[in-house]
Amino acid sequence: MFTRREALFGAAIGAAAVAAMPAFSATFAPADIGALAREKVKLVAPPFVHPHDQVAKGGPKIVEFTMTIEEKPVVIDADGTTLNAMTYNGSVPGPLMVVHQDDYVELTLINPDTNTLAHNIDFHAATGALGGGELTLVNPGEQVTLRFKATRSGTFVYHCAPGGSMIPWHVVSGMSGAIMVLPRDGLKDDKGKPVKYDRIFYIGENDFYIPRDENGNFKSYETAGDGYDDMMKVMRGLIPTHVVFNGKVGSLTGDNAMKANVGETVLIVHSQANRDTRPHLIGGHGDYVWEEGKFANTPAKDLETWFIRGGSAGAALYTFLQPGVYAYVNHNLIEAVELGATAHFMVEGEWNDDLMTQVEAPKAIATN
Amino acid sequence: MPLSFLKVASVAIAAATVPIGLSAVSWSGHRLHPVTITVTLPPGSITYSLPGEFLRGEHPQANPRLKRRFNKPIEIMTYQVSVADYADCVKAGACQSPQETREIPPNAPVTGVSYLDASAYARWYSQATGDYWRLPTDEEWAFAAAERFRGGFEGPQADANNPAKRWLARYKAEAQLDRSPDPLPRSRGTFGVNSRGLADLSGNVWEWTSTCFVRATLAADGTGVANSLDNCGVHVVEGFHRTYMSNFVSDGKSGGCAVGTPPDNLGFRLVRDRPGWRKLILGYLGI
Repeated sequence: MFTRREALFGAAIGAAAVAAMPAFSATFAPADIGALAREKVKLVAPPFVHPHDQVAKGGPKIVEFTMTIEEKPVVIDADGTTLNAMTYNGSVPGPLMVVHQDDYVELTLINPDTNTLAHNIDFHAATGALGGGELTLVNPGEQVTLRFKATRSGTFVYHCAPGGSMIPWHVVSGMSGAIMVLPRDGLKDDKGKPVKYDRIFYIGENDFYIPRDENGNFKSYETAGDGYDDMMKVMRGLIPTHVVFNGKVGSLTGDNAMKANVGETVLIVHSQANRDTRPHLIGGHGDYVWEEGKFANTPAKDLETWFIRGGSAGAALYTFLQPGVYAYVNHNLIEAVELGATAHFMVEGEWNDDLMTQVEAPKAIATN
Repeated sequence: MPLSFLKVASVAIAAATVPIGLSAVSWSGHRLHPVTITVTLPPGSITYSLPGEFLRGEHPQANPRLKRRFNKPIEIMTYQVSVADYADCVKAGACQSPQETREIPPNAPVTGVSYLDASAYARWYSQATGDYWRLPTDEEWAFAAAERFRGGFEGPQADANNPAKRWLARYKAEAQLDRSPDPLPRSRGTFGVNSRGLADLSGNVWEWTSTCFVRATLAADGTGVANSLDNCGVHVVEGFHRTYMSNFVSDGKSGGCAVGTPPDNLGFRLVRDRPGWRKLILGYLGI
């Protein structure tokens, strides 16, 4: 129903609008932008994050990223249910980008002609032009480069926002990710003391709305456009069929469980572009949690569960104290177990009896 | 249990007056059952690790391995109970519909069935055929599965100083299972036949057994069980790996605190008991 020709037609109007605007990027760019150092970063698929400094070295620079949009069917559960996904760089969620405050983010967004739809990107970290969405609409066969200044520190969502109903449709088809803007001098605890992490994991949570046939089975479609009408009906009911981490039920369990060691400090960045969620680490805590994700605010301490507002990303810092298998869930447990929002950490190390011990193993109840 | 057995036995003798083909008796006059294909396993023995959880002192142990002899032949269904077989029980009003919405061929194993469903089917099928059909015990299943029996991932003996080592070992073992990526049940026979002639063992349908979950404390000297507690609200499920499911569950899921690997599908096959003559006569006399 939404053919490539229509996509191109819709985009042509968008392109005309852009052309009518003053070339402000030239007008307002700081004179010394050309003097800034440039760094090219290769993005990696979540839950991993590209190498980065926690404390900035030197002054602000321009950090260059490239993302290629890929429309492709992806299997989202063990039953083989297929979503006609729209992805940034081939992954759901898109990769986490890391820069420092006052750096410039320079993103080249490529929409190959193998795709059928027009896409763009709205950075919650950016200022103006609908988060960059207005300046980045690209049709299949086009690419665009956007630069914005990362003026505020924190974790921020980015997502596709090509207008109207296309916005939620693209987002619940997988087009969201996050960027982390670190303070130049790194993260700090509630007393302003620097804190560091040994490992970082990025978890993007997605709510999917897969249509069912008359027997209740999930339907699949040849193209995303073929399924648009049916999916819209499910979306309007607001009850997701799947709530998952990293694009698929079980994407972060089993062989893909996240790994850490006792004594290591882990930063977990959690984004949800569309819907509220409440991460919880079963058997652990959030030592320092930036629920809203913004590092200029004092982190909350010792949280059991933290709230991530739909359309935001938060960060939780935790030092593992005990070995074992930890479940990291959306603590709406129906969503965690029945709809898929469960991840695992495998933590190796020495057990601390002082923190916990089984005083007496299960046995028959004593009768006198 | 002995009481219900006698009742079933009396039905069996009534059926025994029919010359041959006990499994083809008509029931409620609406359908003749196709003759159930079974395999009769000759007496033999296996050494296998017991299901359940075993402690010594306060610490979990690797499950004890035990040699078990079967002195009598065991007659067991070659295939799992099929969608069509089970539908007859539903039609007769003796079974509830399976919790299954996917499109599955009628000759594929029935799935989306709980222990309670499987037991209801066994009761109905016994009445319908005049034979005594029941779920296999875990050890019978293991014996029948032969080289396809894998057992559970109970993990190594616990490290008294670090219980997490065992949890991690078990988690890794389950994660490394080379499971079929396609959980959709297939037509019977798809997963082939084992050395004993049973079909579709350890494919993508796990099977209920009549064995209850047990937690046992081993004697300090390592000989035998000091005490044990059965939880018959949970039964042993066998297949690609051994797992334990609550009786009313028809679709195994993992998540939240449960970090184990769930079965793809839950189904079952039955064992036919041939009551001895003494029991048959007692049953006939209604004793």
